Amino acid sequence: MDFEQLNCLQKDALKEIGNIGAGNAATALSTLLNKKINMSVPNIFILPFSQVVELMGGDDTPVAGGYLQVEAKAPMSILFVIPEESLKLFLKILVGKQETATITLDELDISALKEVTNILAGSYLTALSGFTNMEFNPSVPALAFDMVGAILGNVLQLYGEVSDYALVIESVFEEEEKEVKGHFFLLPEPGSLEIMFRELGVVF
Amino acid sequence: MDVIKVGMADLAVCKAPQKLITTGLGSCVGICLYDTGSKVGGLAHIMLPDSAQARNNQNKAKYADTALVEIINKMLVLGAEKSRIFAKIAGGAQMFNFAGTSSIMRIGDRNTEAVKKHLELLRIRIVAEDTGGNFGRTITFDPENGKLHIKTINQGEKIV
Repeated sequence: MDFEQLNCLQKDALKEIGNIGAGNAATALSTLLNKKINMSVPNIFILPFSQVVELMGGDDTPVAGGYLQVEAKAPMSILFVIPEESLKLFLKILVGKQETATITLDELDISALKEVTNILAGSYLTALSGFTNMEFNPSVPALAFDMVGAILGNVLQLYGEVSDYALVIESVFEEEEKEVKGHFFLLPEPGSLEIMFRELGVVF
Repeated sequence: MDVIKVGMADLAVCKAPQKLITTGLGSCVGICLYDTGSKVGGLAHIMLPDSAQARNNQNKAKYADTALVEIINKMLVLGAEKSRIFAKIAGGAQMFNFAGTSSIMRIGDRNTEAVKKHLELLRIRIVAEDTGGNFGRTITFDPENGKLHIKTINQGEKIV
């Protein structure tokens, strides 16, 4: 199925997937940071690769990206992106790191951020699993702090062989004072949509 | 100053004093070609090694093999001469460090290898290279003198 040809009903189904998954993940993040977390209505984007990068503020914006692959009947990738300014606060809350002008991540920071990705992905997938009646097995997360274009490019290569477009289900988590912000991306692999729609009883 | 931006899976050619830039190269490879005589240059931001294995290969700029042919043809139109074309390449990093080896994790190396192989087939010499590692690169290429400026977040800047 080509991503470009999704109809409204199908997009609504994807939004619902985003809503349910992100709701669960927001609760987990709130517990983890001990702060109230608001989440956005999920955005469904079907975009050429170069524009996916623009979503995050242009390709050389520095971000932290936690990435994991999900093995399932409907395989997908998960990427949790934390912008640089939020990253400082994330690390202050999680590991008590002092704020500095430039960020360098040590072992502890990296493992804390991997754990955040792990917990968010786990709670997202648990909800998704209940909703679709399918099993999802996330890999161990990997982490990079670098240009968003470089990070997303690496993930999008998975899709490059079959499409010039990526389907992105994005949820934005924001703490009440808007100081901590993270973007959660669910990227279903091209063949995964049919399988999920079938499980959900959505006509395609 | 006139700088042409090249996006992901995209390519462009120009003539000095115009310059070319591509931002956020991770495991993708930036291929810079230039002809010192006519001062015509080209830049491709390729994502994948080989168009032959792909189910979708309309976008020539996405693959090492087809991007090279396309970029050379466009340079010739602008007045470049094939025998005077040299190459500089950058990128091909591995952004994520996974335990175990999955094929997407080696994509940076595969891209670099493919670019080198196809440059050799086309008899174009690589005069400078900054590839590998685990960090992103933003590159600016000046066909006036063939200088390639490479910027990173944590690894400093350099010109090759």
